[in-house]
Amino acid sequence: MFGFLRKDFATEREKLAFSAGDNKTFCKGCGGEVYDRSLINNFYICPNCSEYHRIPPRDRIAILADSGSFCEVDKNIQAVDSLNFPLYKDKLEKAKSSTGEKEAVICGTMMIKGIDCACFVMDPRFIMASLGAAVGEKITRLFELATEKSLPVLGFTASGGARMQEGILSLMQMAKCSGAVKRHSDAGNLYVVVLTDPTTGGVTASFAMGGDVILAEPKALIGFAGRRVIEQTTGAKLPENFQSAEFMLEHGFIDKIVPRDEQRSIIASLMRVYSYGGRNDGLRKA
Amino acid sequence: MTAYEKLKIVRSNERPTGGAFIEGLIDNKIELHGDRRYGDDGAIMAGVGVLGDMPVTFIAIDKGVSLEDRIRKNFGCPKPEGYRKALRVMKLAEKFRLPVICIVDTLGAYCGEDGEQRGQGQSIAENLMEMMTLRTPVISIIAGEGGSGGALALAVADRIYMLENAVFSVITPDGCASILWKDPGRMEEAVECLKITADDMKRFGVAETIIPENGDNGGFGKLCGEIKTRLEKDFKELSKLPLEKLIEKRYRRYRGIGDYAEKK
Repeated sequence: MFGFLRKDFATEREKLAFSAGDNKTFCKGCGGEVYDRSLINNFYICPNCSEYHRIPPRDRIAILADSGSFCEVDKNIQAVDSLNFPLYKDKLEKAKSSTGEKEAVICGTMMIKGIDCACFVMDPRFIMASLGAAVGEKITRLFELATEKSLPVLGFTASGGARMQEGILSLMQMAKCSGAVKRHSDAGNLYVVVLTDPTTGGVTASFAMGGDVILAEPKALIGFAGRRVIEQTTGAKLPENFQSAEFMLEHGFIDKIVPRDEQRSIIASLMRVYSYGGRNDGLRKA
Repeated sequence: MTAYEKLKIVRSNERPTGGAFIEGLIDNKIELHGDRRYGDDGAIMAGVGVLGDMPVTFIAIDKGVSLEDRIRKNFGCPKPEGYRKALRVMKLAEKFRLPVICIVDTLGAYCGEDGEQRGQGQSIAENLMEMMTLRTPVISIIAGEGGSGGALALAVADRIYMLENAVFSVITPDGCASILWKDPGRMEEAVECLKITADDMKRFGVAETIIPENGDNGGFGKLCGEIKTRLEKDFKELSKLPLEKLIEKRYRRYRGIGDYAEKK
């Protein structure tokens, strides 16, 4: 019944912006209030001070994918409290009801500028997108699906690290996911990862750093050990830009910092260059 | 014995270090140094030697003995160059089809500004990926404390042994208590919640074998003898598998770990 929207608005982004009505959000960048519609229309970047706000994963997918091309997979996989860890069940329930999601990652297939790919987007609103067994399973299955169908994988990471409420089972997800990434890579497929705020701990130390091409959003926090932990352990005063996307670029651990409005086109170009989408097959065609 | 008591045992200064286990297991050792990228990390000891009559590669996290030694080895917390040295030596093992023994005993990877500058996360990630398809048998022994990603980076293996009192954890119980309850004093509680003992690891499918420590009966020599017998037997078994099958089984080993629900 809302079919008319499709005609009135050029992009999914404009559609999302319209549906935000007159709601406002506080911007910690400039300390002011900003209309959600102008925030969304500007890729969730504050139009006044250019502060990057976190994008809800489904909005990110809507903005990024060719209209209507996203097809979710494994959407019913969710955590169980294997260790009977204190308060974990409550935490899961709260995360589910506040986000409307079942887990901290959304996986599926989609098209970007006509190129098919598999995609995962992590959701820091859900227990800091920590890596539990369900998240690990979803990411592993996505890479297995992409390997089977020879699809590139596009991943947006964000995570506080391992999900300690799942103990060692959580740690083992790092190995499990890394194995799936490696097999996808060995089969000759491309993995582009975009590190978003914050990508830390066990996710940094596994599939976030396993990309063929590693991109990052401006000013995103990216690191392994937490800043506070390092300051407490070593007594060192750390520089302002420590563990930022800019720091990672300077030290050679990411390829490029890409602003949100350029992501769609750069990702599509990378996929095209690396032999997807039928335009270029490199030397194989020559 | 409670999990907390076990943790205290493996953290005590009397606990044999990774280096001591290598000494007890391997003959004719030649240590190899450096990652060929940046430096040589004292926390990781790597090299080649002979196990019984089998040439092998060894990698051990060593906490050090004297204070000076411990400082040099950063108390057994490896830096990125340590993990890269380990990977270099593993690749060499792959080239010459030598089985790999990893001895793990660490609080966790080194935590510091220079570690982040040199890619602590990236170095661990690379080990996880490369070890998953390393074309030679790998056995990891959690000899003391298996702390987080820094331990896992040497524990992607075909078999994992846990010493009876060894522990393996996603985060140090101290860290867990301060993050969850903002109170490092509740560490003992965190130890129980995290389920970190050898029995837990066997139950979860993380480890295949628990090596009894027998208190003081027979001493360290006897313990090493038992580990050695087990290693020789397992390496013989693993080396009979075609490489493709070995790699596939290693992937499946980790693929199956962790429970989840699939419901609407």
